[in-house]
Amino acid sequence: MSRSIAKPLFPGLRSWWTMLSICLEERLAYRGDFILGTAMRFLPIVTQVFLWTAVFAATTRSDIAGYSRTDIVAYYLLTMVTRAFSSMPGLAGGIARRVRVGSIKTYLVQPVAYVSFLLAARIAHKLVYYAVAIIPFGAVFFLCRGYFPPVPDAATIAAFTLSLVLSFLLGFFMEATLGMLGFWFLEVSSIIFAYMLVQYLLSGHMFPLDMLAGISTGLAGVSVADVVHWLPFEYTAYFPAAVWLGKIHGAELVRSLAIEAAWVVVMAVACRVAWWRGTRRYSAFGG
Amino acid sequence: MHNSSGEARAPAAVIEVEGLAKSYRVFDKPEGLAASVKSLFHRPSRVVEALKDVSLTVDRGEFVALLGPNGAGKTTFLKLLSGIITPTRGTARVLGHVPWERADEFRRRFALVMGQKNQLWWDLPAAESFRLHREIYRIEPARFERTRDELVDLLGVRKLVLQPVRDLSLGERMKLELVAALLHEPEVLFLDEPTIGLDVVAQHALHRFLAHIQAERRMTIVLTTHYMKDVAALCRRAIVITDGSILYDGSLDQIVDRFTTHKIVTLELDDTPDQADFARLGFPCEIRGPQVTLRIDRQRIADVLPGILRGRQVRDVSVEDVPLEEIVAELFRSGAGQAARVAEEAGA
Repeated sequence: MSRSIAKPLFPGLRSWWTMLSICLEERLAYRGDFILGTAMRFLPIVTQVFLWTAVFAATTRSDIAGYSRTDIVAYYLLTMVTRAFSSMPGLAGGIARRVRVGSIKTYLVQPVAYVSFLLAARIAHKLVYYAVAIIPFGAVFFLCRGYFPPVPDAATIAAFTLSLVLSFLLGFFMEATLGMLGFWFLEVSSIIFAYMLVQYLLSGHMFPLDMLAGISTGLAGVSVADVVHWLPFEYTAYFPAAVWLGKIHGAELVRSLAIEAAWVVVMAVACRVAWWRGTRRYSAFGG
Repeated sequence: MHNSSGEARAPAAVIEVEGLAKSYRVFDKPEGLAASVKSLFHRPSRVVEALKDVSLTVDRGEFVALLGPNGAGKTTFLKLLSGIITPTRGTARVLGHVPWERADEFRRRFALVMGQKNQLWWDLPAAESFRLHREIYRIEPARFERTRDELVDLLGVRKLVLQPVRDLSLGERMKLELVAALLHEPEVLFLDEPTIGLDVVAQHALHRFLAHIQAERRMTIVLTTHYMKDVAALCRRAIVITDGSILYDGSLDQIVDRFTTHKIVTLELDDTPDQADFARLGFPCEIRGPQVTLRIDRQRIADVLPGILRGRQVRDVSVEDVPLEEIVAELFRSGAGQAARVAEEAGA
C-alpha cells in the first residue's frame, strides 16, 4: 500500500529529533536520581586528591612523570569531564537485559534501527546530564582554577572538543557491543565488570598514563604506554585531558586523533555486526 | 474469498504458510549441586518441536482465532509470522513478504500486540509513545491525528493518554497498547493473548473494539487465546493447535457439530426431583436443587424429549449445545486421536 506522505526535507533527522525529545522527557522523569548521581561523582576525586597530596608530601621530587601536584589535580578534574562524555552507565546492561527478558522483540517488529535509537537515547541522556551537572562542575572548576595551566590556544581547544565527541562515540559503541554479547551469554554482568576494570586501569582514569612510559614491555624501546596508545581505552579518559593540559601536540596529536577516530569506526562496525549476528541467533534459537 | 473493493488488488491470501516447523534446543539441568557442576562440562539437551509442519492460508479481512493449551505452539506461530524468529523448515509469506527477512516495507504494514509485553514507554504518557510511532512508521501528521483521535475515542481512553503509563491499570494499558499498534493502520494485526489478566468488563470492551475496527478497516487479524469468550465473540474461523500441529481449522459452529455427540437438556421442576426416577431414563444426569441436567444424544433428542417431559411437573426446559470451552478442552486432551478423525472426515 503506497501512501502519499508529505516528505519532510530530512525525514531521518526529524524522527531522530522526536526520539531525542522523547528520551529527554524520559530522563527528566528521573531528575532526582540524576542530581544525586552527579553529586556522588565528585567523591572519588576527593580521595584521589588526598592520595596524591600524600604522595607528593612523601617525596622530594616536584613532579612525577611530568606531573606536578597541581597538574595531578587538574588531570583528575579533566578526566571527570572526559568520563562524563565517554561513560555509558546502564547501556550494556540495559541491552543485555532486554535480550534476556525478551523486550528486544519490539525492535525486531518495528521498522526502527535499534542502534540508532540507542544512540539518540544516549545523546538525550547526556544532554540532560550536562544540564544538571554544569552547576557542580562549574563550581568545582571555579574553586580549583588555581590548579589549571592558562587556557590553551584555539587549536588545542578545537582538538580537545573533537576528542571529547569521539570519546562519546567510542564509549557508546564499545559498551553497546558489549551489551550485545547478551545474545550469546545469558549473563553479561561479569563481562561488564571485567571490562570496567580494564577500562579503569588503561583509560587513565586511575592515574595519568604517562606513568606507564617508563615501564618496558621487554621489546626494545617499546613501553607499556606505547602499547596502550594503540588500544581504544585511553581515548575515553586520558587523551582529551592530556590534550587540554598541552601534553600532546603537533603530529602526535593528529596521529592520536586518527587512532581515536579509527577505533570509533571499528567499534561502530563491530556493534552493527554484533546486532546483525545476535538477532539472527536470537531468531534461530529463542525469540 | 473475493475482493470486490478496489483497494485490494493484492491477492486475497494475506498469509500463506506451507510446511512451517520450528524446533528449539532446550537444555535440561537436573537438580542439585553435583549436576550443576557436571553441566559445566556437558549440558544434556534435547530438541523440542514447538511447531510441526503447519500449512494454512488466511485471506484478507479474516478474523482467525488460534486456540490451544499452553505450550501448544500458538505464540511460536505468531512469532514466525511477525518475523521475530526463523523457522527450522517451511515457508511463510505475509502480505507477500517473508516475515523473518524483516523488510521495513513489511514491518510498516503489520502490528503485533502481546498481552504480557509493553511497547509503551513505562514512565511517559502514552501520547509520547504515540508520537514516537508516528516517526517510526512515518505517518503523515494529519492522518496520525485523525487515526489517534478515532482510536482513543472508540476505546474511551482520551483522558488517559496524558498520564504516565505506569499509573494505569492493566486494562487501560492494554487499550493504549492497541491504539499504539493501530496508529499506522496495519493491514495485518497479530494479537497474542490480548485479554490475559483482564476483568470481564475490560474484555468485553476490547472485543467490541476489535470487532468494530476489523469490520471497518477490513483488517486481517490473527488472535491467540485460551479464553473461549474471545473466540465466540469475534471469530468465525478457529484453528485449534495442540502439540505443534493443527487439529482443527474451520468455523466455530462446525467445531460444535463435529466434535459433540450430545446436547445438554436442562429441566426445571416444581419439586425436588427424584434421583432414581431420572436415573432410570438411562442418560447421564445431574441434579442440583429443582434443576436436572441430562446429556442426551443429539440424534435421539427429538424422540426422547416428549417422553421425558410427559408426566413430570416441568416449569421450564432448555436444550443447549455443549459449551465451547468443554469441547475445546476435550479436543486438547485427546489431541492425537482426534486429529486422525478430523483428517478422516475431511477426506470423506
